[in-house]
Amino acid sequence: MCNQTVGLIAAEIERHGIPTVCLTLLREVAEKVRPPRTLSVPYPHGYPLGTPHDAVGQRKVIQAALALLEAERPVLRDYGIEE
Amino acid sequence: MAHLSELPFTTRLFLKAYQWRRIDPVPWAAPRKPLAESRLALVSTAGLVLPGQEPFDDGVKGGDWSYREVPADADVSTLIDTHRSESFDHAGVRSDPNLAFPIDRLRELAEEGAIGSVNHRHFSFMGSITAPGRLMADTAPAVAAALAADAVDAVLLVPI
Repeated sequence: MCNQTVGLIAAEIERHGIPTVCLTLLREVAEKVRPPRTLSVPYPHGYPLGTPHDAVGQRKVIQAALALLEAERPVLRDYGIEE
Repeated sequence: MAHLSELPFTTRLFLKAYQWRRIDPVPWAAPRKPLAESRLALVSTAGLVLPGQEPFDDGVKGGDWSYREVPADADVSTLIDTHRSESFDHAGVRSDPNLAFPIDRLRELAEEGAIGSVNHRHFSFMGSITAPGRLMADTAPAVAAALAADAVDAVLLVPI
């Protein structure tokens, strides 16, 4: 449900004029809910940024997510796969 | 990537019949500034609270739609996992709350100039909301309005 909840909150924030990026652990849920910008990460439930205490790895995920702010239309991208 | 098939049997049974909320039309706010000049805020749905804050209530039918405000200068390591879901392994986030509420990571990105600044507050929800009516009518608009009032330029949302 978490993955739907972030999408719904993101949509409301966008309606207030602020761009958003969601992470998702469940690509199939993001496909159905359709938040504006989503990075699908290859990690298990409970580990949205990967490895605990891995600051470098966590920052990489965040920077890949924030890079989606450059998209010109709604986007659902897989982490680690460049377009 | 995680899959629905990895969730506990009862959860899968519920989700099989669940009608996911489809965002339609998809709203679109274009960034007004380069990332290196942007003020960032976080929304996490990991059910984390600060010491002294009310824990999220797993007993609320349809899901607890309330939220907690987390100041940017909070000590992330003190965040408490009050999420009761059995659908994920809690060990990671209990060991390192940055895993789902990465305030320290945003601070580092601001220090190295990758982002402009970190907003003075962030927002915590518990994501297990199956009936999102009150979230959509009440708390999501309240948080969105607060972020707009703070002149936040972009928001990162993290599920668990």
